[in-house]
Amino acid sequence: MPEITVRANGHARRVAVDTRSTLLDVLREQLGDTSPKKGCDHGQCGACTVLLSGRRVLSCLTLAVSCDDAEVTTAAGVSHAVQQAFVDHDAFQCGYCTPGQICSAVGMLDEFADGWPSHVTPDLTAAPELTDDEMAERMSGNLCRCGAYANIVPALRQAAGGPG
Amino acid sequence: MTELLRPQAIGQDLARRDGPDKVTGTATYANETPVENPAYCHLIQADIARGRVSAVDTAEAEDVPGVIAVLTPGTSERLSSTEDKELAVLQTTDVAFRGQIVGIVIAETPEAARQAARLAAVTCSEQTHDVSLSADRVDLYKPDKVNPSFATDTSVGDVSAAMDSAAATVTETYTTAMNHNNPMEPHATTALWNDGQLTLWDSTQGVHSVRSTVAKVFGLDKGQVRVVCPYVGGGFGSKGTVHAHVVAAAMAARALPGRAMKLALTRQQMFSLVGYRTPTIQRVRLAADRDGRLSAIALDVVEQTSRIKEFAEQTAVAARMMYAAPNRATSHRLAALDVPVPSWMRAPGECPGMFGPEVAMDELAERLGIDPIEFRVRNEPARDPESGNPFSSRHLVACLRDGAERFGWADRDPRPGVRRDGDWLVGSGVASSVYPASRQAQSDATIRFADGRYAAEIGAADLGTGAWTTLAQIAADALDVPLDLVDVRIGDTDYPFASVAGGSSGTSTWGSAIVAAARAFREKYGLDPADGDEAQGQVPEYQAQERYALYAFGAQFAEVRVHADTGEIRVPRLVGVFAAGRIINPRTARSQFIGGMTMGMSMALHENSVLDPATGHVVNHDFAEYHIATCADAANIEAYWVDESDPHVNPMGSKGVGEIGIVGTAAAIANAAYHATGVRVRDLPVTLDKLLPGLD
Repeated sequence: MPEITVRANGHARRVAVDTRSTLLDVLREQLGDTSPKKGCDHGQCGACTVLLSGRRVLSCLTLAVSCDDAEVTTAAGVSHAVQQAFVDHDAFQCGYCTPGQICSAVGMLDEFADGWPSHVTPDLTAAPELTDDEMAERMSGNLCRCGAYANIVPALRQAAGGPG
Repeated sequence: MTELLRPQAIGQDLARRDGPDKVTGTATYANETPVENPAYCHLIQADIARGRVSAVDTAEAEDVPGVIAVLTPGTSERLSSTEDKELAVLQTTDVAFRGQIVGIVIAETPEAARQAARLAAVTCSEQTHDVSLSADRVDLYKPDKVNPSFATDTSVGDVSAAMDSAAATVTETYTTAMNHNNPMEPHATTALWNDGQLTLWDSTQGVHSVRSTVAKVFGLDKGQVRVVCPYVGGGFGSKGTVHAHVVAAAMAARALPGRAMKLALTRQQMFSLVGYRTPTIQRVRLAADRDGRLSAIALDVVEQTSRIKEFAEQTAVAARMMYAAPNRATSHRLAALDVPVPSWMRAPGECPGMFGPEVAMDELAERLGIDPIEFRVRNEPARDPESGNPFSSRHLVACLRDGAERFGWADRDPRPGVRRDGDWLVGSGVASSVYPASRQAQSDATIRFADGRYAAEIGAADLGTGAWTTLAQIAADALDVPLDLVDVRIGDTDYPFASVAGGSSGTSTWGSAIVAAARAFREKYGLDPADGDEAQGQVPEYQAQERYALYAFGAQFAEVRVHADTGEIRVPRLVGVFAAGRIINPRTARSQFIGGMTMGMSMALHENSVLDPATGHVVNHDFAEYHIATCADAANIEAYWVDESDPHVNPMGSKGVGEIGIVGTAAAIANAAYHATGVRVRDLPVTLDKLLPGLD
């Protein structure tokens, strides 16, 4: 089996991986970081979201062998205002989608800061405004069956420095 | 009447105690239990809906490097009890539904297990199957009772005569779709069999009920089985009873003593193995006089169950008590089909059963020319129409009035299909909610004292409901100590017996047991206990249910916008107002309400498990095709409550809040979609194909 180096949350680890293994399974089963969750294994729910070199990716659709030397950040390695905002606004219940929501939120806020538009951005040539609609749209790849969306948006608002 | 606690910690708006662990992902779920050198299981499933497994050739599967064993009906252990046929895993070669477990692969890695499961050659002799539900089947039967123990049929007065003589009537058929619970955490069990002891780290709504069920299935003493579950990644009923995969994991563990087994279902497997909400066909009849006083309510329900195990959803029970009408009739009929076993899904009974009647109320209000809120108010019963008992508290009218004000109902033009905002047709709708304020018969708690701190121990479950936090609030008030001196220990059969988290009865039941234990503790040790002091208590008998009708109520308001050209449906605003007793923790209770409403919106607009009659297979068995509400669908949902404290339910004055939020939501949305478009959709989900033919 090929060996790769995974730099997860700042720690470099050398690990032999099955070429079929996803980054999600290697993190959970071989590196002992179970903060990214397996909700569907098909890239349809967002529970496995991690930051790969700072960008949000679905770790269940990312082959581990493609991540040699990559910087991976999971929710366990995130330290960001969005986490306290989620606690303050009770933006979760069962907590299973939450680590993915956290990583996705961090990635989303960075994408927004970089000027990326979304499906609901009214003017593609102007700098987008971080409205509730923008945040809800950009977070819609992260499913929450407990139905915390109405709390997630105010939490994101607080984390982005707006009124919580 | 119960002696109510003086609320100090109760009622405080508190962050949940497990919050920091959840936002960093360090809370440990069943599949994440740190175990040494685990092996991995993957299930092999039947690809026919009815027939017999004639052979399982495992040679190729066993050749996959890393495969340890393949269990089949021919090689697995014989279970001690096969009374529950859903749990009789690998005990027969008969196939009763597509997706049934016909083999278990055990391997060193999840990849090897999955590959081998695909390579196991299962040969079946197929028989003609039947998975089609309809109201005109000749083989519909009357179950002895409906879930859990309600009368199947009821009849008071003469509905037909009332229909014949009424000023206005509605006779319509409404349907709700097959729905799957789909908690975000797929069902998972980690199992270890060692020296005659079985340990299960299982994702469950009740560790003690898993223990007793698994002990019976394997012929073990309860003391030989320990079940641990500190966190549950959602359940919504699907983790409320033991399903076949738990038995499969235990069976694999017993095949390899000393080796921990990890079994997690795939999302796809959850569509055949862990229950679902039956589709329902609801024939509703309503009759009223010119002043809008109901003279008859009837609801006749047809739904499905499986051939191997009966589950009869109690869809018609809410119609028995909701409104005053002298003539009432309800019935349930079942078709036993070659389908997976249906089971509990959030508010079984009330959730589907408040769709048809609450849309019918909207239709009749329109026929009478009466505002739908006013129509409901006029039919408010003085006593429970079913039992004749007074309601312990019933504030439906207060919810309707308060919601109307918050939502801005007063200026509503009742005419359908006349409001347009650009390309969007705009409407609003209302429906009532109800859910029983139940308590289970058994639950025990222990209060301990050590090092200046109190601990409340009970084998309860927190599925995201907030039990880790709310039970501490209850214990603090029962002991009359500051909240930060109280620890809670739940989720382990090493703690005292607790009932399952279901029927919105958890906090009421477990809280009552904790209060009893705290009172016993104070009686025994006074205000100055010593290290090691402990006392037990149990939930007292629920005597109030003999004398009172005990329910929570609510009112839901929806704004719906339908695109005039495409039929696209949006719900920009949902407002719910609930009367659910004293609220233990406003922050976590509000989450329960908005969560239920969000799932109700999802049911109204998206959720539909499509069962292919040719194969018996739910074809849309993943999140790409079984759609649930997303953040962009459901970001604007508001929940409120009216002041209520019910002294008859429990010492906290509270009622359950986990399920009522999903009751009535779909009707409010369907009613609003009608108000927007003039197109009455009576079949859930309300999708654009059902609206488009009626749009100009």
